[in-house]
Amino acid sequence: MHAIEKIMARAAGEKEVTTGQIVNCRIDIAGINDLYLQTVRSFEEMGGIKVAAPDRVIVFFDHYAPASTIIQAENHKHFRTFCSQQGIEQLCDVNCGVCHQVLADRGMSGPGKIMVVTDSHTTTHGAFGAFGTGVGATDMGVILSTGSLWFRVPEIIRINLEGELGPGVSAKDLILHIIGKLGADHAVYKAVEFCGPLLKRLSISERMALCNMTTEMGAKTSYIQPDDITFDFLREKGVEKFETFFTDPDFSYAGEYNFNATGLTPRVAAPHSVDNVFPLEDYAGTRIDQAYLGTCTGGRVEDIASAAKVLGGRKVHPEVRFLVVPASKDVLLEAMAMGHIQTLVQAGATLVSPGCAACLGTHQGMLTDSEVCITSANRNFPGRMGDTGAKIFLSSPASVAAAAVAGEIVDPSPYFVTGRPL
Amino acid sequence: METQFIGRAFTFGKNIDTDQIYPGRFVELTREKDIARHAMEGADPEFVKQFKAGDIIVASTNFGCGSSREHAAITLKAVGTACIIAESFGRIFYRNAVNLGLPVLVCPGVSQHIDKGDELSVNIETGLIKDLTTGKDLHAQPLTGYPLKILSAGGIKTLIREKRTQRH
Ligand code: SF4
Repeated sequence: MHAIEKIMARAAGEKEVTTGQIVNCRIDIAGINDLYLQTVRSFEEMGGIKVAAPDRVIVFFDHYAPASTIIQAENHKHFRTFCSQQGIEQLCDVNCGVCHQVLADRGMSGPGKIMVVTDSHTTTHGAFGAFGTGVGATDMGVILSTGSLWFRVPEIIRINLEGELGPGVSAKDLILHIIGKLGADHAVYKAVEFCGPLLKRLSISERMALCNMTTEMGAKTSYIQPDDITFDFLREKGVEKFETFFTDPDFSYAGEYNFNATGLTPRVAAPHSVDNVFPLEDYAGTRIDQAYLGTCTGGRVEDIASAAKVLGGRKVHPEVRFLVVPASKDVLLEAMAMGHIQTLVQAGATLVSPGCAACLGTHQGMLTDSEVCITSANRNFPGRMGDTGAKIFLSSPASVAAAAVAGEIVDPSPYFVTGRPL
Repeated sequence: METQFIGRAFTFGKNIDTDQIYPGRFVELTREKDIARHAMEGADPEFVKQFKAGDIIVASTNFGCGSSREHAAITLKAVGTACIIAESFGRIFYRNAVNLGLPVLVCPGVSQHIDKGDELSVNIETGLIKDLTTGKDLHAQPLTGYPLKILSAGGIKTLIREKRTQRH
């Protein structure tokens, strides 16, 4: 069995599970986002009165927090009441940040866990060796009612990562490259495991970016075998107890791929799909109106630090809005302590409170027709950040920062080559 | 739930994501009739005017990829979609549709054989799709197991409610 299958088997109380089998798993962490009041409605429509396991439920105000419309404020209010009535103590109110980052910050993402959030990018937690998957409101209503949920045991594909990332090239560039090669529907219904020598040099933050983006290949979940990097991170968060599962050597994958990072240059996903990937230089010189650094893909301390490196002593281009949105309050505090926020704001960045912000086009930096945005986010669908006529380029955090300075898409690598003048 | 129906095909291409099916800025709405107003707004602003209850959506690969927003399935159900046939689906959308009792059929190659406006007869239990306009037969993967059980019950809410009443 694969480690993922062992996690599912453990949660389903089965000795063994096989591909295609439908299993009912006990959910270790059930996360609900402010966007999905529908969850509460579904729960009630199922005849739900008492939430089955309120201590395993966590509610996040992230997609539109603080509220920008009266309806959003109503929805938040409804959630606060629901939590207090149901004894759900983990309510991450306005300013806590994006669900996936908050779970990581709190040491809640961990090996062997079944983590289900009403957000598609729950694949992110594969970075910790968890089975993380996104569901809709009614599935979450079922979890609230019963504490468990049915899943089909997925096929698993393996992506082997080799070589070295060059200066100014990050895990985000690599995963864009991979998605560009394999396609946006390559892993639909499947699980994606990353392995290989390069992984040993990738931080938790970079691993989260990789796993986060597997959603854009259609993946159900993703996986990285926990190692010392994982364990050190968890220990730092004060987590000592967890169960790690290992894949049997005879496990057969549904597909295996090799990617070598050596020589990879920065990438962009051009409008309007995530697999529309090109070398960034193909779009160099494209004028931008907005640069958006943030989200559950590219809004962590390392991402902000790389932007600060680019912006240090420079200015944001006068015709660009540069939005900096730390993924969580913890990220914001750490970036402040390191002086990065000071650097960015001094350079002319607009600091937005932790959360999803413009990522999904509900508030804080929406785009109008024909505007161009470059972002460290994960989606560039038509209308994702507002008008369907706006154009969104996905890139690494460094490329976002470099474009903010230049006012156009530009290779960020020179900023990261030591000793080389710009 | 009915397992067989006849309806008019409404066609879409590949990777129709949930932002196109239901833009994020309307996700704050929670009443079905409000949600119905924005169906497919990002892909085809005329959709709501042209689509009639009982019509069938036919799409290429990865229909409903993207966000977990159940609004995408709610809005298509609310406008009266009889069923959705695609070459593949975004997995969360697929689950959401099944949970709501909206039939979804996987039919490889379907987008090459069916044109907009074709009259289709669909049987979700056998997977047989008859294009009554062209006389062509297509075979979708029939729905089986737990997903079929959910659909037959008219959605998972009914199933859970029934379980609950059995327990008490
Ligand atoms: S930051 Fe964007 S992708 Fe991440 S959870 Fe929020 S809306 Fe979704």
